[in-house]
Amino acid sequence: MSNIAIQFDHVGKMYQLGVVGTGTLSNDIKRWWTTSILGKEDPFLKVGQINDRSTKSKSDFVYALRDITFDVEEGDVVGLIGKNGAGKSTLLKLLSRITAPTTGVIKAKGRIASLLEVGTGFHQELTGRENIYLNGAIMGMTKKEIDSKLDEIIDFSGCEMYIDTPVKRYSSGMQVRLGFAVAAFLEPEILVVDEVLAVGDAEFQKKAIGKMQDVATNSGRTVLFVSHNMNSVRALCKHGVVLNKGMVEMTGTADECVDFYMQTSIQNFIADADILPGQHGTYQAKELEIMHAKILNEVRNVSTAEPLRMQIRFKRNVPSIKSTQVGIYLHDSAGAAACTSFTNLCPLPEGQKEFVATIIVPNHQLARGAYNVDFSLSQFDYSSVPFDYDYVHNALSFEVKYQDKEHQVPFVGWQPRLGSVAALQSSVEIR
Amino acid sequence: MDTKKNEWDIVIRPHKKWLDLDLKGVWKYRDLFKQFVKRDIVTVYKQTVFGPLWFFFQPIFTTIMYMFVFANLAGISTGDMPPALFYMSGTLLWNYFAACFQVGQTAFSGNANIYSKVYFPRLVTPLAGVTSGFLKAIVQSIPLVAIWIYYYFDESIEIGLTWEFVLFPLFFIFLAMIGLGCGLIVSTLTVKYRDLNNLITFFLQLWMYSTPVIYPVTVSGDRTLTQYLYLNPLQGIFTDFRYMITGIGEMDWLSLLYSVIFMVVIMFLGVLVFSKQERTFMDTI
Repeated sequence: MSNIAIQFDHVGKMYQLGVVGTGTLSNDIKRWWTTSILGKEDPFLKVGQINDRSTKSKSDFVYALRDITFDVEEGDVVGLIGKNGAGKSTLLKLLSRITAPTTGVIKAKGRIASLLEVGTGFHQELTGRENIYLNGAIMGMTKKEIDSKLDEIIDFSGCEMYIDTPVKRYSSGMQVRLGFAVAAFLEPEILVVDEVLAVGDAEFQKKAIGKMQDVATNSGRTVLFVSHNMNSVRALCKHGVVLNKGMVEMTGTADECVDFYMQTSIQNFIADADILPGQHGTYQAKELEIMHAKILNEVRNVSTAEPLRMQIRFKRNVPSIKSTQVGIYLHDSAGAAACTSFTNLCPLPEGQKEFVATIIVPNHQLARGAYNVDFSLSQFDYSSVPFDYDYVHNALSFEVKYQDKEHQVPFVGWQPRLGSVAALQSSVEIR
Repeated sequence: MDTKKNEWDIVIRPHKKWLDLDLKGVWKYRDLFKQFVKRDIVTVYKQTVFGPLWFFFQPIFTTIMYMFVFANLAGISTGDMPPALFYMSGTLLWNYFAACFQVGQTAFSGNANIYSKVYFPRLVTPLAGVTSGFLKAIVQSIPLVAIWIYYYFDESIEIGLTWEFVLFPLFFIFLAMIGLGCGLIVSTLTVKYRDLNNLITFFLQLWMYSTPVIYPVTVSGDRTLTQYLYLNPLQGIFTDFRYMITGIGEMDWLSLLYSVIFMVVIMFLGVLVFSKQERTFMDTI
């Protein structure tokens, strides 16, 4: 009991959707009356619902977190896993006391600091040195502590030459480095780390990630670690917590949690789906209209050794169109464009209204990871401006996992972070 | 069981007790307090030609302007006191009051970028703001001291410090607390309803003109009007401060008592709304 560092006890956080404070004065008064004067439970809490962004909310209040209960032991490194919007950052916000929970209690031992707040409170007119003191104090360091670490901080930031120059003359990268340097030398009992913060140039990123790993593994501190990179969660964390829609879905060892998360997220891949009205691009007149998309590979298990095969069904709204080419656009899980491919211009059979196009990417060489696919139908000869008949967003998604599927050889040679811009070959046959 | 409870350094609850100010936390963060004060002072004259001299220019220019407009053009009497001394002392006090009001008013909106990222006892920011304002006021009182010395040696008028002058730090505390308290109350409203900000500028101006900054409270012969002026909680502070430094007129203890009571009430309310607001304002700002 005594070696628990952080305890979450039925913690919940409710947010109000829409515009705060417009037309809700009566709600405000009602709530204030019942909670503050009558001392009863907040009437609007009851209408709170599970945080699922994809469905339209029935009420104006939503739980970003609900009933979060778990303990973190001293010296443990815990990875928080979950999709975007699962409540990871809200949880960190509550723990770092930026905002208060709506229900429940969080208890913690020792100083909590976070590596999220790089350069908080930097004043542009102050010099680097002055800002180290200001920023350090904001993060909870005493002047003495900063004095004793000043040289190390300056050294780590690599800004020694400019340390007595106002921060406004710094490049944004330098400001970030200076900020990170201060944060890196905090010595809290509990550290909150978000890997997204690996900022700056490659050299500094390496330094920053190294420092985080150092803190997480060697210092014996309690660390809460948020990352979308399952490999680093496996590598750095002892335990894990999987969040889904604002609730704890699973706690256990890091490996168990990562496995569980990877499995449950299968359902989220789109292998075979109708195109919804909202997915169409807004600038296209839909002379040809994509109605359905389907991936013919095993969606969770695409290997680099097999061709990528996809199928779209589309209809011709304007009979005069005689041919089209199909464009495919792959985005990685972070939403960054990974690669694009256009097929040859392909004639559309006469007298038909609906067509099925089968697209094959024979040698895709995609790095391991999840991808979203956009499609376009367009007319493009190199002498004119490309013209899209239709464009659909996020029509499909799949995951490249194995190099050799049959023998279950995972594809480890090429990580997405090494860059995944690839030239794809493709061809199309339309019947 | 009790000892177990005390093991936790941080306990985060949805609601906390009223007026739980976490003064212990503020003390822990005293280095931050110093850093904020330093930042406020130092950044005023960074990249300026005259540097800290700007602290003097402002009250001097204001006084000269008042002397021209109100004393000469409008011919408003400053009572038995020399106009320069009268305006200078009034400006000094009012500027400090307005600065504290501003600190309170922007306590949340002005620090949102910091508050949204890191926790420290929020009370540190307004306290630091009020303190740096006080230090500025001390520096700004140098021209006042100069004028005072001039009149002290001027044969035509007799001025001198009274014993009540020892109370002057209290006066600044009163001003700070009233200003901060009102500002905090306003700030909690403006976080949610931003249009109030527009009203506030106007309101402050009105308040200044109903405060004896440019005229003595007795300037109007009208009895009822004067009565209303006495309702202003700042009136006693301004009038008595001038008495303290010159010995002209007399000490109005009753008005001062009224100011103190007002201060206590407003500060109580201000701190109350502040401690309520500080926990969740990030969701509404």
